[in-house]
Amino acid sequence: MEQDRHEYHVAYVGADTPARRLLRLLGYAVLVLVTIVMVVPFIWMVSTSLKPPGSEFAWPPELFPREIYFGNYTELFTLLPFGQYFVNTAFITVATLVGQLIICSMAAYGFARLHFIGRDTIFIFYLATMMIPFQVTLIPLFLIVNNLGWVNTYVGLIVPGISSVFGIFLLRQSFLSVPEDYRDAARVEGANEFRIYAQIFMPLNGPALATLAVFSFMGTWTDLLWPLLIARDQPMRTLELGLAYYSLRPNAYVQPNWPLLMAGAVIVMTPVLIVYFFAQRYFIAGISLSGVKG
Amino acid sequence: MSAQAPHWFESITTHGPRLWQRFWSRSNERVGYLFILPSLIHMAVFLLIPLVFSLVLSFTNWQGVTFQGLEWVGLDNYDFLMGDRRFWNAMGNSAKYTLMAVPLGMLVSLAIAVVLNQKLKGVYLFRTLFFMPVISSWVAVAVIWVTLLDPTSGIVNYLLDLIGLPPVNFLGDPNTALPALVMIAVWKGAGFQMVIWLAGLQAIPEALYDAAAIDGASWWQSFRNVTLPLLAPTTFFLAVTGVIGSFQVFTSVYVMTKGGPLGSTDVVVHRIYQRAFQNFDMGYASAQSWVLFGIIFAATLLQLWVNRRRGQEILF
Repeated sequence: MEQDRHEYHVAYVGADTPARRLLRLLGYAVLVLVTIVMVVPFIWMVSTSLKPPGSEFAWPPELFPREIYFGNYTELFTLLPFGQYFVNTAFITVATLVGQLIICSMAAYGFARLHFIGRDTIFIFYLATMMIPFQVTLIPLFLIVNNLGWVNTYVGLIVPGISSVFGIFLLRQSFLSVPEDYRDAARVEGANEFRIYAQIFMPLNGPALATLAVFSFMGTWTDLLWPLLIARDQPMRTLELGLAYYSLRPNAYVQPNWPLLMAGAVIVMTPVLIVYFFAQRYFIAGISLSGVKG
Repeated sequence: MSAQAPHWFESITTHGPRLWQRFWSRSNERVGYLFILPSLIHMAVFLLIPLVFSLVLSFTNWQGVTFQGLEWVGLDNYDFLMGDRRFWNAMGNSAKYTLMAVPLGMLVSLAIAVVLNQKLKGVYLFRTLFFMPVISSWVAVAVIWVTLLDPTSGIVNYLLDLIGLPPVNFLGDPNTALPALVMIAVWKGAGFQMVIWLAGLQAIPEALYDAAAIDGASWWQSFRNVTLPLLAPTTFFLAVTGVIGSFQVFTSVYVMTKGGPLGSTDVVVHRIYQRAFQNFDMGYASAQSWVLFGIIFAATLLQLWVNRRRGQEILF
């Protein structure tokens, strides 16, 4: 009986009928089409950044440059302090990331593993704040940062971002899955909570910490609104902001310099893409988690 | 850890102070407050105080230079806002944007996810590629699409030309600028939604499809009666986050259209930004941001309520 059902199942579901083959072919056709739509803009970005001046407005548009010209990159670096932008962005991103890893993991340990009065109430309150749009707090946040004298400083760009409820939530989920025995054993050995946190929970939750690190990196590297308000002066600007300012034409009669813009886009994108290709496992895991858990 | 039991309790407990102490320290490990303290301070300074401050500001006429001349104006800002045509134009644009971007984005990403879920070879590669726009910076994406949509030298218009259609000035025409922004947002966000759909699809037990197949259900019937109902929590999540995200659109507008042409892409966050940081009308801009908050909040509650009525289990 069981055998029969099994065979029926195999016959029905697994057989490679012509209809199934057609369906699979159709699936690949869809995927190839979507791939073209998704990838061509990036190819266009790279190729345009390598086109010699004057050839970018060719008709029909050329997806690949006829000759490769690196001059746009050198021109961009002489036109604007892109090196400085790069250093600023990297510093702000790394500092924010480190802050998030420390502050969020500490809070996550508290919420996941320590029993104290009001813990769950506070945590629910934390989650509720995720509904508040950033724009509501933006104006007073700017005023506070301004009054602290943090406009045009790294501190002003970093400190408001060094903790996030999302990060706490993500790490708490992971910390909850560590067996309670580990903690009991460490306690018997005489470890205090800070040692348990730093020497047991942190090393055991590497993947979750990596996920948070990737998210934090992506978020800070590509942020525009906050640097737009805080990094007023040229030397404080981030890559994203520098490119945004460069892309805004003073008026409609100024021709945009496409190869330079694309070179800028390539410079902004390259670190993000590198991190993504190496860490996409963590990235996808984090997104799936946020989707499944709401 | 070192918590002491109250003295009065020691006399009434029969188990002796040590056992009580252990129970007490387990039920209230006050070191926990120390662990959450940094995040609590951060939240107070950079979220709660600004939140309250913003609400207070929305009842003042503050112009954002000094605190001199700050005046409590009660509901005047909200009163003015009711008749502010530029604000409601922006609200309307945001609503239009949301109504286009959310369903379209969810449909496109669901279609891709369903295809990817067919256990085809090379799925991993496709997923990686489709996800590239998601992680891209908005400014870079905006810069790329401005050139792709260019009326005279862009690839999109070249394709239109190939099939014999006249060129379209996508970002320069009030009729097409907002749909063009929607298209770009769908392009950028589809990979994100696809990953979430995929997680939802993979959580559906294979046995249900087998049962449907044995009952003679067609592909569409099993999709309609098995897949979609079981994806309801995912649908809900994507709809809520989609609405919230769409009402908060800023960067693409700021870089690509600056709210133009003729205010056709002047979405609500761009309007708030203009009021607050170009006109320094901080009090009024705060009132606008609270109306935005109210709408996002209402949208969330509405969807929560609709789902409750349909008896769906929601993890919110």
